[in-house]
Amino acid sequence: MLGKLGWDAIPFDQPIPLVAGAVVMLVLLGVAAWVVIKGWAPYLWKEWITSVDHKHIGVMYILLGLVMLLRGFTDAIMMRSQQVLAFHAQGYLPPEHYDQIFSAHGTLMILFGAMPLVIGLMNFVIPLQLGVRDVAFPTLNSVSFWLTATGALLINISLVVGEFSRVGWLPYPPLSELRYSPSVGVDYYLWAVQISGIGTLLTGVNFVTTILKIRAPGMTYLRMPMFCWTALASCMLIIAAFPVLTATLAMLTLDRYLGFHFFTNEAGGNPMMFVNLIWCWAHPEVYILILPAFGIFSEVVPTFSSKPLFGYRSMVAATLFICVVAFCVWLHHFFTMGAGADVNAVFGIASSIIAVGTGVKMYNWLFTMYGGRIRFATPMLWSLGFMTTFITGGLTGVLLAVPPADFLLHNSMFLVAHFHHVIVGGVIFGVFAGITYWWPKAFGFRLHEGWGKAGFWCALAGFYVTFVPLYITGVLGMTRRLQHYDVAEWRPWIMVAALGVVILIVGAACQVMQIVVSVKHRNELRDTTGDPWDGRSLEWATPSPPPVFNFAVLPQVQGAEAYWDVKQRAREALRLGQEPHYEAIEMPRNSATGFVCAFFATIIGFALIWYIWWLAIVGLVGAYATFVIFAWRDVPEYEIPPDEVARIDRANRGVRQQALLGASA
Amino acid sequence: MSTAESTIAFSDPYRLGNRGPNLARGHGGGGPASKRVIVGYGFWLFLLSDIVIFACLFAAYAVLADAIADGPRARDIYDLKRVALETACLLASSFFCGLATIAVARRNQFLTQAALAATGLLGFAFLLLEASEFSGLYALGDGPTRSGFLTGFFTLVGCHGVHVTAGLLWLGTMMAQFFAKGFRPDIRRRFLCFSMFWHFLDIVWVAIFSLVYLVGTRL
Repeated sequence: MLGKLGWDAIPFDQPIPLVAGAVVMLVLLGVAAWVVIKGWAPYLWKEWITSVDHKHIGVMYILLGLVMLLRGFTDAIMMRSQQVLAFHAQGYLPPEHYDQIFSAHGTLMILFGAMPLVIGLMNFVIPLQLGVRDVAFPTLNSVSFWLTATGALLINISLVVGEFSRVGWLPYPPLSELRYSPSVGVDYYLWAVQISGIGTLLTGVNFVTTILKIRAPGMTYLRMPMFCWTALASCMLIIAAFPVLTATLAMLTLDRYLGFHFFTNEAGGNPMMFVNLIWCWAHPEVYILILPAFGIFSEVVPTFSSKPLFGYRSMVAATLFICVVAFCVWLHHFFTMGAGADVNAVFGIASSIIAVGTGVKMYNWLFTMYGGRIRFATPMLWSLGFMTTFITGGLTGVLLAVPPADFLLHNSMFLVAHFHHVIVGGVIFGVFAGITYWWPKAFGFRLHEGWGKAGFWCALAGFYVTFVPLYITGVLGMTRRLQHYDVAEWRPWIMVAALGVVILIVGAACQVMQIVVSVKHRNELRDTTGDPWDGRSLEWATPSPPPVFNFAVLPQVQGAEAYWDVKQRAREALRLGQEPHYEAIEMPRNSATGFVCAFFATIIGFALIWYIWWLAIVGLVGAYATFVIFAWRDVPEYEIPPDEVARIDRANRGVRQQALLGASA
Repeated sequence: MSTAESTIAFSDPYRLGNRGPNLARGHGGGGPASKRVIVGYGFWLFLLSDIVIFACLFAAYAVLADAIADGPRARDIYDLKRVALETACLLASSFFCGLATIAVARRNQFLTQAALAATGLLGFAFLLLEASEFSGLYALGDGPTRSGFLTGFFTLVGCHGVHVTAGLLWLGTMMAQFFAKGFRPDIRRRFLCFSMFWHFLDIVWVAIFSLVYLVGTRL
């Protein structure tokens, strides 16, 4: 009846996951109870859970990403502290638990931390920057989000019911095959990643369609803001790469569930095929993450330098160059596999060449700042921190791209330090820059600068103190994923790295404080103008927070910096352009489809993990029924009357007019 | 098509061959595209991603084609006569799908339902033929667990079969929608996607027919 599920699935003998799971459950129940008691449940259901508004979906993505980032950070703290204690000793984490932690850390940070953060920012910003009212497929967008949330939920269920994968964030066979990993850990990984991967794929389809087919009139390709270009490149990579993940995980699933021989050691299976296939997804994946971060910096740096972006066209070219070459470098993850010197040479050279695109971008950001009037607000600090950090991180990558060097450094702590260097220093810094930059647009008040700056400096210092020692241990021969060790030379560096983690914890606390303090003092930090940073692209033309329809009338774009041009004309004339003629606006109706689909996806995933076949069938039928009910609805849209549109837009225009006069007085 | 609708379709800046004034000229400045274009374009992208999935399965099949593990080779198990029949069913099915497109354009409920029914029946016949091939192999003990080669074969061809099955489910839903809701624009857009999906399955089948069966009988 319940497949493999029984009372022995709950790890009563392991206090750490049990206590952690209990705390998470208590927090969730507490929040739910609070929401119900305060009477917010209907609001939450109508405005958020069933919302198809890209702005709300974006905020929910970011919330999910931040929570998972903290969860993954907890795993990191446990690993660093384990290595502090496990010198000539066993530490406090037994190997089978430690292995789950590093597997969960990688999976969570990349797929459920960084991805939702990046996709959340794309969701919130892209339609606003394109000057339109929503994405191409609003309900599909909600489905995407809730499928991602399903994946995150399944991974967190594995804390208390059963266990998580012990084979690393990429489940290399034959270790991940049923014979060597008979427990449900790998299955949790497979179904969580598979379900959220489908969500990500649909996001990719949605945003490529949006960016290529739905832009304000006059917004030609070469007038799109840089963030839209990088998001486009990133989503094209999603469309090309995520199906590879789907196919590869499906093959491993068939091996494990039905005894197929894709990657087994016997009967003609080929484990190295898995390594090739999975990196064919996983290498583009890092560019899927970093390209939107590049886009964020390309928005932040011009704004806070009060200058247009230097070398816009070369930036577009560099983005697309990276997008294409991202698919030609995957083999550098396994130079040691033995593909031969010629193959290694080709991929080594490609891996070095891809750095040229990033170099172009670096110079463009530098020249954007040159001669500008730079304001060192928090988003700009994150951008500057990124530029210094990412250059060195990229250089260690070029070093690893040299096959003979890689033979020495492969799978060492040097590698671990390298990819944290570029992902923390690139993606995470970019996301924090983006969150601070667009926060006022989303919520109508700015974030507290003091706490933000403290958070930034702690993150920057903590990052270097943590990871520079790990480079050194790598060169000293320390391999990754060690549960304990007995080499005295590594010991001092491990201790320094632990100190770095303490600084990072302080930084994370500052960031949390930043949000708490800002919410508390939101009236003092209120952004009444809708344009708190003197921005240059169209999102700053809307009030903060923007109305549900974003733009009362679709803007006519006439130049490369759509909003800046309009603003300059208004500043010269000391008045806004003529009031437009307002018409009724059709907006998509809310839909519970995404949430209900995700509910059934959770059931399907959980049932398949525990071999509860009847429940999986129930879930499939439910998911299909949900689609049919959605397809059967007769009124997909509602209308906002012209008076209402006019009222909201006139308020916005009034504020802008006052700001104009105030600035001139 | 009524006059009002044809005007809308005609003013679509993204339609093929458009060179009108004030409209898009390849720089993308024409404003948002029509819903039909947006939906069709999005579904094209989805189909491209599906093609990538099939590309992976083709690659895996190619890698594992020689890994027969003392089991049967490709030429021992392929029956080109049945494959020819399967191909005929699928291509004829797509032909009827094309007829359904014409019937939808003419808003003819009876012809639409008839053409879609024929599409579905031929698709179902294809599935029966495939099932008989698979069950025959199972009966001989040459199921997917026998060798790497058979794993690759069953997964690639089976994945196409699963797509056809899902397509049949969609087809049934589509017929019910035409019946219950008539030729509403959103239903027609959905049908546009379905017909693209159905023809896409043909393209994949042509690749399977050539690269798996035709090449396989010579291996």
